[in-house]
Amino acid sequence: MLVNRKLILAHFWLAFAVFGIALTLGAWQMFIRSPIGTWLSNPELYYRSLTAHGTVMGYVFPTLVAMGFGYAISESALEQRLVGVRWAWTGFWLIVIGSIMAVIPVALGRASVLYTFYPPLIGNVFYYLGVVLVVVGSWIWVALMSVNLSVWRKAHPGAPVPLAMYANVAGSYLWAWTAVGAALELLLQIIPVAAGLKATIDAGLARVFFSWTLHAIVYFWLMPTYIAYYTIVPRAIGGRVYSDSMARISFILFLVVAMPIGMHHTFADPMVGAGFKFIHSAFTALVALPTLLTVFTICASVEIAARLRGGRGLFGWIRALPWDNPMMLALAFSFVMLGFGGAGGLINMSYQLDASIHNTQWITGHFHLIFGGAIVIMYFAIAYDLWPHLTGRELIDLRLIRTQLWLWFVGMIVTTFPWHWVGILGMPRRMAYFDFGDPAIAPQALSVTFSAIGGFILLTSGILFLVILARGMRAPGADAGPYRFALAVHQPATVPLALNTHALWVALMIALTLTNYGYPILTLAMTEGTSVPAVYVGAQ
Amino acid sequence: MSARDLFTFSNPHFTRGVGITAAILIVTAVVGFIVLPFAQPWVQFANVWDAICSAAGVPQRAANVTAPEQAKRLSEVVLTSNTLSRPSQEAIGRGATLAQRCAICHGPTGISRADSPNLAGQYAAVIYKELHDFRSGARTNAVMSPFAVNLTDQEIADLSLYYAYLPRLPAYHPTPQLPKPNIVIYGAPMRGIAPCGSCHGSLDNKTGSPWLEGQSETYMKAQLLAFASGDRRNDISQQMRNIARAMTPQEIDQAAAYYASQPPDIVKAVD
Ligand code: HEM
Ligand SMILES: [Cu+2]
Repeated sequence: MLVNRKLILAHFWLAFAVFGIALTLGAWQMFIRSPIGTWLSNPELYYRSLTAHGTVMGYVFPTLVAMGFGYAISESALEQRLVGVRWAWTGFWLIVIGSIMAVIPVALGRASVLYTFYPPLIGNVFYYLGVVLVVVGSWIWVALMSVNLSVWRKAHPGAPVPLAMYANVAGSYLWAWTAVGAALELLLQIIPVAAGLKATIDAGLARVFFSWTLHAIVYFWLMPTYIAYYTIVPRAIGGRVYSDSMARISFILFLVVAMPIGMHHTFADPMVGAGFKFIHSAFTALVALPTLLTVFTICASVEIAARLRGGRGLFGWIRALPWDNPMMLALAFSFVMLGFGGAGGLINMSYQLDASIHNTQWITGHFHLIFGGAIVIMYFAIAYDLWPHLTGRELIDLRLIRTQLWLWFVGMIVTTFPWHWVGILGMPRRMAYFDFGDPAIAPQALSVTFSAIGGFILLTSGILFLVILARGMRAPGADAGPYRFALAVHQPATVPLALNTHALWVALMIALTLTNYGYPILTLAMTEGTSVPAVYVGAQ
Repeated sequence: MSARDLFTFSNPHFTRGVGITAAILIVTAVVGFIVLPFAQPWVQFANVWDAICSAAGVPQRAANVTAPEQAKRLSEVVLTSNTLSRPSQEAIGRGATLAQRCAICHGPTGISRADSPNLAGQYAAVIYKELHDFRSGARTNAVMSPFAVNLTDQEIADLSLYYAYLPRLPAYHPTPQLPKPNIVIYGAPMRGIAPCGSCHGSLDNKTGSPWLEGQSETYMKAQLLAFASGDRRNDISQQMRNIARAMTPQEIDQAAAYYASQPPDIVKAVD
């Protein structure tokens, strides 16, 4: 039951519109710093673009997708009209205003600080205020998800919460808590300096706060994708979820272990003790667990679909899968990219190996493969799946959709594999210019050129995606019926209290944050003389 | 749902969830704070507590030894946002009077005919820092040092404000404007050299770095060579020495010639 379609469509359209802009900037960045581009001789323009690209792709785009999808899940999985529609619109408009507020100083070159803020570099205060508004808007969504679930619970005492909603609310709680780190950094440290109330800043503490956000935000980006794996894919390909409990366990594991591991982003930083780095590294290893569970469960669910379609043999069933179904294609591509990206992630998470790829192009290659590849391709799939239900019109051209997915997959591989490779060779990230005439990096010119070509393939795919959605708004009307989620092989009649609620896992998440972050944050905050003068962007 | 049913040891999910989490935390903490520190034979710990504190990153007071006397003095200038804020007419006037003794080298309008730096319209922070460094001995020059030793803090501030106030005039050595060399706009990423222009104007300006347009080519070249050889060492954290050392002689020539050929009125900075 999708009632507030306009609300959901607004979120998706805004998400994909800003995605289109940021994607164009990304392709331009790739091109301009490659040997095939002529250098524009002003690195500042590159960093403007990079700040906009990172801020949109990291904050605005995935947040809007999670929100739109969350509202859709709440209405259709709970079969209940959204409670608090007015609040939802408020959240949406806060994001619109915040994004505009942030992008103006960036466009003017007054906030080229990159989306990780990079204190003591300080940009125009409106950039940060804009980001804060985006986060506040998303917090409204978190509250609404929680409220809607509790309204439903009152009406259905003791009944198992539908998996999609259970996972959706878990994701929203994860976001609520992980955003606190960056919020503290912005409100207590950066904004006072940007507003001119202070002239020094504790950059080490700021980095620790940011790491609090930076890892779990990744799992917040991932949530819609995982929800799609479990609750859309099996239905779309005619199968069933292999295990409902396994799915719930994966989501609560994300809640517990995604948070207290962010210091793997500060391995190279001096202000955190090695003991804490080790704990964070060890917990990072644990985060592989829910992903492995998911890969197992989804493969099993897909096998069920194949066998229902008459597939047999140890691997012969793979051929029986509906490969012309875009959802099947998206899932397969997503898993391949997740596999390669996950393997790369093992290097990032180990304290020692990380040293060899720290701050190199490997990192950007890695997160584009996982985030831009494995995750975003499922965002496309979600949009394709929901569109007919939101517009009341059919997406007719499946072939075009398949082409778009293929292009994204191929483009992402062509872009990111050489990107990883030059990173291993030591090419630093976040550089506006490389002198490929220098014999030391001349051999990398070819790899970087491939990446740039891959970037244009991605841009083509992205444009195609927008075209397909836009055409879907004008296609002939067709009733898509109610929006449904996949059923489990054994659809649960009752679920243990712990797996039907989130309180225990939220409590563990907060407790682990305190144990793993409490001491480093407190000592840094209380040690005198750790602040350095702010460096204002563009100021003399 | 009631919290009492959930948060109780008779709920196996609670017991197991909390138990496993706590167990992992304890094991990783023991490994990270005790086992691994002692696994490094090259570090000595007095006792277990010492190792734990080290692994936790407890801030330590530096041992109470006096730092060895520096053979040469380093720059000790501190600039805050209030140091030179709000120049008053009186301060500029006092600076103008004081500047008469500088005119013989730096020119009556702040434009030198003697391969000394042009000071007219230079950033106040730059003049402030250099005068302090000459006074403290962090930077030395046979001609300049004696002028600086007797200046008071007030006089240094006044001079800085006065010269910053003067209009930027064309230099005395007009040359055709040269195109931007690579070192100025690209730097040399492979040798860790940021573009000159990212601090000295052309692209961006960073506090404490002078703009260089129209300065004497001879002077700039001499300074780069002095940084490279270590004769000049008042750059904080060796910012310029690291760059100058990595520059090739051609790059030094190109950068000096390029900046000398630029008219000062194109100085790009947000000031
Ligand atoms: C959905 C897809 C994408 C997402 C989510 C995404 C996200 C990001 C983020 C968060 C950053 C970090 C910004 C920073 O380092 O400050 C980044 C950097 C970058 N992205 Fe993307 N991006 C995507 C697609 C693309 C595409 C398609 C291209 C190329 C065509 C691209 C090219 C770049 C480049 C060149 C950088 C800068 C790397 C560097 O200089 O360190 N991105 N991206
Ligand atoms: Cu991380």
